[in-house]
Amino acid sequence: MSTFRQHSVLPGFNLALGFTLLYLSLIVLIPISAAFVRTAELTLPEFWDVVTTPRVLASYRLTFGASFAAALLNAIFGLLVAWVLVRYHFPGKKLIDALVDLPFALPTAVAGIALTALYAGNGWLGQYLEPLGLKVAFTPAGVFVALTFIGLPFVVRTVQPVLEDLEPELEEAATTLGANRLQTFLRVIFPAIFPALITGFALAFARAIGEYGSVIFIAGNMPMISEITPLLIITKLEQYDYAGATALAVVMLVISFVLLLIINLLQWWSRSRSSSSV
Amino acid sequence: MTAIAPPLSVPSGHVRPVEESAWVRRSLTGLALAFLTLFLFVPLISVFYEALRKGWDVYIAAITEPDAVSAIQLTLTAAAIAVPLNLVFGVAAAWAVAKFEFRGKNLLVTLIDLPFSVSPVVSGLIYVLIFGLQGWLGPWLEEHDIKIIFAVPGIVLATLFVTVPFIARELIPLMQSQGAEEEEAAVVLGANGWQIFFRVTLPNIKWGLLYGVILCNARAMGEFGAVSVVSGHIRGSTNTLPLHVEILYNEYNFTAAFAVASLLALLALVTLALKTIVESKTREKPETAGIQE
Repeated sequence: MSTFRQHSVLPGFNLALGFTLLYLSLIVLIPISAAFVRTAELTLPEFWDVVTTPRVLASYRLTFGASFAAALLNAIFGLLVAWVLVRYHFPGKKLIDALVDLPFALPTAVAGIALTALYAGNGWLGQYLEPLGLKVAFTPAGVFVALTFIGLPFVVRTVQPVLEDLEPELEEAATTLGANRLQTFLRVIFPAIFPALITGFALAFARAIGEYGSVIFIAGNMPMISEITPLLIITKLEQYDYAGATALAVVMLVISFVLLLIINLLQWWSRSRSSSSV
Repeated sequence: MTAIAPPLSVPSGHVRPVEESAWVRRSLTGLALAFLTLFLFVPLISVFYEALRKGWDVYIAAITEPDAVSAIQLTLTAAAIAVPLNLVFGVAAAWAVAKFEFRGKNLLVTLIDLPFSVSPVVSGLIYVLIFGLQGWLGPWLEEHDIKIIFAVPGIVLATLFVTVPFIARELIPLMQSQGAEEEEAAVVLGANGWQIFFRVTLPNIKWGLLYGVILCNARAMGEFGAVSVVSGHIRGSTNTLPLHVEILYNEYNFTAAFAVASLLALLALVTLALKTIVESKTREKPETAGIQE
């Protein structure tokens, strides 16, 4: 087909697409391109120096390390929660199912101050953890706790529909062939939900990388120790170091784009797997 | 290989062959609930506990003092502008993507999702780069005495950016699953474009639309990072509710911070309740495909 669009009798294509592209350009695309254009004012060596200072490198390590650990914990417990919600019956299940989305709906600043109050030395949880030598608030562990909270729904919500659609016949066949429950789970169920699990992990990880609001309250924000990369951008901005802030923003944007690409590929894989198994 | 197949019928009271034993079920459920309690329910409850710790009088005073009221007003204003604009955008985008075939469609859908994957801090920063004093339009705006950054327009723009995808991404899969046959029949019967939209399409997508609006509104009212960068934190003037929470918290005025935060937590709970209701509405009608996250 050589034409731009296929013929249709419906009206409104030019208006709808024109408005969509105009709006998207004005609100999203031109502003994002501004970051790339402004960074071009730096030479490549200058850019490289700005984004690889020891303080910046420490912030990458914390941001990626804590995001990875939080996404991993969410992958394990998200799978468990999805399993329990799909397979078992218990009182209050509907309410709990609805509340799983709380981190999507709760403003991050609220999550941040609530978690900080809980894990501070005099908080509900902190008062029991600190005597054990576990300091959470104002340490990198606090970053991990906050990122676990905000990433919690992703794995549950990607795995849940796949588990619901799983054919019971597959498990029955495995049982009939002599597999025990654990073997059935590991060899039949787990391979079927694995693409969804990885997709949920990637979504939680991508969200955690950029997170700001919930982290800054609990992190303590000490340079080199508990300072995340988005906070460093704000710090540079407050010091009127626009070039430095923009360079870091470009690094974050490129990472976001790569993750978005990976997530799209994973979702495509997940869909093709679940449709071929039906 | 054993030649004897396991019994096909299981005596009643026995575990079904494809289910775990009772103690496995109970311990898995217990473990899942313990995780959710620790990471979800306790933080939620603590917001309300801390807010009401010093009694209702202190609570009421904290949410009715002038700075809090102006923060509420600004939050409502930003949402009242961002949600309708993104609603029009979402409908236009879904109409183009779902009802027509054209080249570059997948790219367009990816671009619509883009704001979800951008860090909130970066979302705010890019507007500073355009409208800030050292930005592209900064000198021109300064000359004409127009303030965007550290003023209400900047807050609205940042809110718009972070909420762009919400309604579009609910409507696109919904309208794609419904196809274009009903609209095409309306064309044959002589309806014009707006008649088709309001009489045929809108009734089909109303629950999905509402779902998107609810989620869009929650994010618009709760956004922190992006708004924080462009706001300038001027009390009583450019503070939204989440920013007001931060200021109170950093002043060690914890009870007031949690009181204002509890309003946002209530908003989150109302959002989840509405979302659950809308989901059950869409599930009642099997011909309207379920909305997926």
